[in-house]
Amino acid sequence: MHVKLHVWRQAGPGTEGRMETYDVPDISPEMSFLEMLDIVNERLVTEGKEPIAFEHDCREGICGSCGMMINGQAHGPQKGTATCQLHMRKFKDGDEIYVEPWRAKAFPVLKDLIVDRAPLDKIIEAGGFITAPTGSAPDANLIPVPKEAADAAMDAAACIGCGACVAACPNSAGQLFTAAKVQHLNLLPQGQAERYQRVQAMVDTMEEFFGSCTNHGECQEACPKEISIDFIAYLNRDYAKAMIKNRKLAGQR
Amino acid sequence: MIGELNSNIPAGPLADKWTNHKFSMKLVAPHNRRKFDVIIVGTGLAGASAAATLGEQGYRVKVFTYHDSPRRAHSIAAQGGINAAKNYKADGDSVYRLFYDTIKGGDYRAREANVHRLAEVSVNIIDQMVAQGVPFAREYGGLLDNRSFGGAQVSRTFYARGQTGQQLLLGAYQQMMKQVGLGTVQLHTRTEMLDLVVKDGQACGVIVRDLVTGEVSRHSAHAVLLCTGGYGNVFFLSTNAKYSNATASWRAHRRGALFGNPCFTQIHPTCIPASDEFQSKLTLMSESLRNDGRIWVPLNPDDTRSPDQIPEAERDYFLERKYPAFGNLVPRDVASRNAKTVVDEGRGVGPLKNGVYLDFSEAIGRLGEKVIFERYGNLFEMYERITDEDPMKVPMRIYPAVHYTMGGLWVDYHLMSNIPGLFVLGEANFSDHGANRLGASALMQGLADGYFVISYTLANYLAGMLGQSPVPVDDPVFAEAEQEVDDRIKRLLSIGGTRSVDHYHRELGKIMWDYCGMARNKAGLEKALTEIPSLREEFWKDARVLGDGPMNQSLERAGRIADFFELAELMVRDALAREESCGGHFREESQTPEGEALRNDDEYAHVSAWEWTGEGNEPVMHKEPLVFENVELTQRSYK
Repeated sequence: MHVKLHVWRQAGPGTEGRMETYDVPDISPEMSFLEMLDIVNERLVTEGKEPIAFEHDCREGICGSCGMMINGQAHGPQKGTATCQLHMRKFKDGDEIYVEPWRAKAFPVLKDLIVDRAPLDKIIEAGGFITAPTGSAPDANLIPVPKEAADAAMDAAACIGCGACVAACPNSAGQLFTAAKVQHLNLLPQGQAERYQRVQAMVDTMEEFFGSCTNHGECQEACPKEISIDFIAYLNRDYAKAMIKNRKLAGQR
Repeated sequence: MIGELNSNIPAGPLADKWTNHKFSMKLVAPHNRRKFDVIIVGTGLAGASAAATLGEQGYRVKVFTYHDSPRRAHSIAAQGGINAAKNYKADGDSVYRLFYDTIKGGDYRAREANVHRLAEVSVNIIDQMVAQGVPFAREYGGLLDNRSFGGAQVSRTFYARGQTGQQLLLGAYQQMMKQVGLGTVQLHTRTEMLDLVVKDGQACGVIVRDLVTGEVSRHSAHAVLLCTGGYGNVFFLSTNAKYSNATASWRAHRRGALFGNPCFTQIHPTCIPASDEFQSKLTLMSESLRNDGRIWVPLNPDDTRSPDQIPEAERDYFLERKYPAFGNLVPRDVASRNAKTVVDEGRGVGPLKNGVYLDFSEAIGRLGEKVIFERYGNLFEMYERITDEDPMKVPMRIYPAVHYTMGGLWVDYHLMSNIPGLFVLGEANFSDHGANRLGASALMQGLADGYFVISYTLANYLAGMLGQSPVPVDDPVFAEAEQEVDDRIKRLLSIGGTRSVDHYHRELGKIMWDYCGMARNKAGLEKALTEIPSLREEFWKDARVLGDGPMNQSLERAGRIADFFELAELMVRDALAREESCGGHFREESQTPEGEALRNDDEYAHVSAWEWTGEGNEPVMHKEPLVFENVELTQRSYK
């Protein structure tokens, strides 16, 4: 295969970037997209040019490190697939491919295709946990968890924190990520004690960094784990309830 | 020079050692804990769980990870499950049986006391993770489900679809992030440890580099915990994440920490075979697939028919044939070697004849597509994305690949290295898996070390330091270490050669796979011992590390690969010195008439702990004898 790449190059945070064009002959359709970038980088090094910086680690679609806009789509054209699992067989010989970093104000570019996604960790820090200090847990089978609840929690917990939902959203909203993290815990019996504090703290932190959700649904389309926007509805329900329940009325749960 | 190695195993009967020892160790009272600084490097299961626990208990914890978020550590990629001796299935499991299976699975090259402690705390791990909201698979009644893994005849593996590592890591990460929010844990992301600082023989801090700004800085503490994972990436092609590296361990080794059993490498039997020379990594398919998948190759090497056209009578289900008792669920080392044997015989399948079939058609017929998809759906989808084939219709093709390293920094029963104050947890240490790790035991060990061991043993160490301040960062030992780090960075950037660092990494990987991989022999290892140093020399003359900005991925990789060169050489030396076969270490000179690994307990029932003696000098091997008081050493049999 022979493709032409247009890649965003930017030397560092706050510096001006530009699109650069690379002619990429001799690519195998069996290669992953990132292996194709490896080859481009290998050739750049041979020419004495600085390779393209991009993030990646597990290359199995689970660590959430990788992520780039490919032809304007977060993680590229294949549905339910992170960039590292995308293969060149999804492109045609002679294609022109535009590769850019995540686009979102909350994710400033650090270099080339690498962005800073620290706000996602801030949301977890605010309440994305069940308080269970080490050593204090009762026997694991003490609380039965209905299979449906465990399955639904797992559907939400499959989020890999890559940030594609934010990048795909016209508003750069963080709702799908936050909803997945909130509902993973709020759907489980173990998560009930902190349910309403959790949702309020996480949503409030989210709003410090991200835009507002207007139900475009682009996030669900871009999500490499195909997490449903239904979780955003659950998030909104819990947040609305929290507004009442979190008022200082002791015992009013 | 290092004297006698003391493993500090407590006296008394095996089952009481840990309980009694927990009472006899010293404590640090809650109000004193905030007087102690602890550095943790790495945020995988071991690091994150240790940080969460020590933060909760009131220590001042600093955590470093080179990732942009702690949640990206490679524990996240573990698929199949986590073992625990809960015996929820009432099928004969017990703490003793998990202990026994692990010792036997490790081919009698692990410490009894460590392994028994691991089996004891395994049950607490499940309780802890469920309380934190890990969505483990459930039965319809709401109770926890289990499945089987290799090397066991009971169902003791807990799982969350094919993403158990992800869910456990998110659990531990979330607990840690809570502590970050509370201020007990200070988190440094995108920060790589480049050296350990030792003063008067005690670990007192680390030198790190900020991967965004390029700034090198000093951090001191009363103790340093390395939770930095394994070194499978020495082989270039492995199932490890691309960033996984040995630099933290190796730098500690160069500062005096002994390296235990470096040659013990696990080759995982079920990975997707390489498709071309550009392959950047290999992808694991969970061992859990062997619960329902049957492994076979055609009897006739020249059989070119598609698998569904090959009749039963012309298939060789070689694991079921050779090991009727365990069948497709023999331990990983046995399954891998047998796959290698049939592929070497020319009976491999696929376009490059470099794989064996893992076939689900029988299970689909028995249970239906829906059940199989529920169990393995995400793995099947991953396989299809990579190979463009659907395992529901065509058998998977699999082949062994480097997956895990049982070797690591030597630690005593307290998980402390021979450098006081330097603790090593999780895959980074050598302690619990002997010469072969059983499936679903890596997650167990990482969390055992981080949640249920280190808080006790660290307190025992710190109690003696009450009233002492950490070594100040303007101490000459810090200045010297920082200078060495700076010099090395400058040296790497100024090589000015012609080939990329990845080129050298690939070449190193080929040498290691050919001579120190699934089968090893004296001639091959000796050859590797001449090829590695010459390739290393070439690297230092001809590698090309470009980029003048502070953020420089080529520079990061170059440093890690330079360390891999030195570690690779040590692995080969260790493999050469161990003239027996055991677990994943298969010396062709030492096998039974049936081709199984043949141990030599009289001469090799020991841990090889290697001491760095300076660049250009041969390392020195120390031996820690392994004493078996409870299990009888036998030839492993899975027939």
